[in-house]
Amino acid sequence: MPTAPAFIQAESVSREYRLGETIIHAVHEVSLNIAKGEFLALLGSSGSGKSTLLSMLAGLDRPTSGAIHVQERNLAELEADELARYRRETVGMVFQTFNLLPRMTLEENVELPLRLAEVDRGERDARVGEALERVRLGARRKHRPSELSGGEQQRGALARALVNRPAILFADEPTGNLDSVNGEQILLLLREIQDSLGMTVIMVTHERPLAERFANRIALLADGRLVSDGVQA
Amino acid sequence: MKKRDLSELALRNLREAVLRNSLTTLGVAVGVASLVAMLSLGVGLQTLASQRLTRSGLFDAVFVMSQNNFRGQRRPAATDATPKKQSPPLDEDARAQLAKLSNVTEVYPQIRFVTDVKYAGKSETTSVLGLADSTRSSGAFEGMTGSYFSSPTANETILQVEFAKELADPPATLIGKDLTLRYAERAVLSKVDPSDPESVLDAAMGGGVSIVPREKTLRIVGVIESDPSAGIGGFGGARVYLPLKMAEQLHVAQPDDLQAFLNGNPAKPAYTAMTVRVHSPKDVPQVEAAIKQMGFATFSLLDATKSLRLVFTVFDLFLGLFGSLALTVASLGIINTLVMAILERRREIGILKALGATDRDVRSLFFAEAGAMGFFGGIFGVTLGWLIGVALTWGTGIYLHRQNLPGVKISYVPWWLALGAVIFSIAVSLAAGLYPAGRAARLNPVEALRYE
Repeated sequence: MPTAPAFIQAESVSREYRLGETIIHAVHEVSLNIAKGEFLALLGSSGSGKSTLLSMLAGLDRPTSGAIHVQERNLAELEADELARYRRETVGMVFQTFNLLPRMTLEENVELPLRLAEVDRGERDARVGEALERVRLGARRKHRPSELSGGEQQRGALARALVNRPAILFADEPTGNLDSVNGEQILLLLREIQDSLGMTVIMVTHERPLAERFANRIALLADGRLVSDGVQA
Repeated sequence: MKKRDLSELALRNLREAVLRNSLTTLGVAVGVASLVAMLSLGVGLQTLASQRLTRSGLFDAVFVMSQNNFRGQRRPAATDATPKKQSPPLDEDARAQLAKLSNVTEVYPQIRFVTDVKYAGKSETTSVLGLADSTRSSGAFEGMTGSYFSSPTANETILQVEFAKELADPPATLIGKDLTLRYAERAVLSKVDPSDPESVLDAAMGGGVSIVPREKTLRIVGVIESDPSAGIGGFGGARVYLPLKMAEQLHVAQPDDLQAFLNGNPAKPAYTAMTVRVHSPKDVPQVEAAIKQMGFATFSLLDATKSLRLVFTVFDLFLGLFGSLALTVASLGIINTLVMAILERRREIGILKALGATDRDVRSLFFAEAGAMGFFGGIFGVTLGWLIGVALTWGTGIYLHRQNLPGVKISYVPWWLALGAVIFSIAVSLAAGLYPAGRAARLNPVEALRYE
């Protein structure tokens, strides 16, 4: 178990969905402390609740019960605008399906979080360039997502997640839509960024070998419950 | 998100779905165009009517008569015990007093008489009317053959076309020719000539007037189709027109001269009636009341203008209602487009929210898109509505030309209508965007991101 002070602290977090008379416990009583600078892999099979837990940690969803403390704020109690601010300023997100806006060029996609955060226009270009150079896409900034390969799109999504210099990077199955070569490249990049920027990375995956290779801690979920939580050697 | 970024994103979104958004904007434009076209038609017709009526001089004029004349000689005397105030004579003194009233622009007497006109050996008896110089701007002289009087004292005449036909056919050949007016001049006997026994006798009787036959040669400068004096004060028209100042200088004997003589004041001729012109029709009641205070009888067509305004107000209301119906249909189009856009862009909304967009950001984005459609639809609609008005005016002009009538502008888009239509279009579009924008803002980001 980690001994460093908790940067993110989940306390008995549950998330239930009601389908008619049936209540589905997507996440049940999960408690988890994540230290600053950790690379945590949330591992589990389909329907284990790992993506739901990630959504709550990223401030996209709220727990039905329990608390999530990040930087002395309980996400479960934040107003909608404060939660949006948390997503804007503290969090970067990478999705399985890349989620780049198809009608925008790569640089416009990467600029989007800066627009939302009301960063000065004069500063934006340099920040976009820096983020794209970091993921080695500096030459593709004028291309639209449809003109990029899957691996390039995911690197573009990573640049968009990094441009606001977040403290925590969430990645939901970042290799799910990629072949093994591109998948490995993305995870190498993730690891490199984590090392150089010192950010906390929380990744959801169902591929144990990838998790074991890149994460320094694995939390295993099954049926919405935390089954095991261990630091990698 | 800053307003500039919001506008850029909204315009980008509109550009990307260019066909769908153009069709929606066109729907708004057609709605605005129908509204503008109908209201411009209402405004144009109202402007045309009020211009024509104002220029006709019927609605900014008060017709003044002496109460003695107005009651008529044969009318039985009032039976009530209170003695009637004696009406002062309608003479030059009265004219000066009337001219001093506030909001009065012009006072002129009615010079009208029946006399003989000689032209090319023919002699015709007809009625003659003096025209004030202000009638120059009345619509009656549009399209006349020849020209208006060169000056208020020119020895010139304009003939009514039917009368001109009696003198020569075609009447246009009369322009530039001379005709002779034979009339009875009213001369005041004020000087005693010892060699003239009649003047001595007149002086002995306390003064008097004499009627002297005169002739005046006048140049025919114009032939007019319509009658510029028809209906004024109910006095009927005339067939030969003279400049009023020149007609005054003729000192033609008037029916009231006998009355003036009997009143013992033959040196000051009294007029049958006077016309008092005011700044605008709204000044008529106040001036009319002041003239009545002076003891004169008055007549104006103010009530007719009131009825006319009521008719046009109702007309405008109905035209506006029909135009608004078209805009309502267009706003349903906006609602439909934006609701469909939410379905299509559900994932995009989810991404924006995941990146930190607030509910307000998403709502504002949809609002901005609706507002932009309203703005462009409004601008395009006003232009289209104006073009419809121009086409209507053009078509009417062709029809009127075929009927040998002068063209008129039946559609008019004032600045307030153009500006109001654009603002109205934006307001309707924003109202139409209320529901879709609210729905987009409330979307749960996790569910929105799951949407394929």
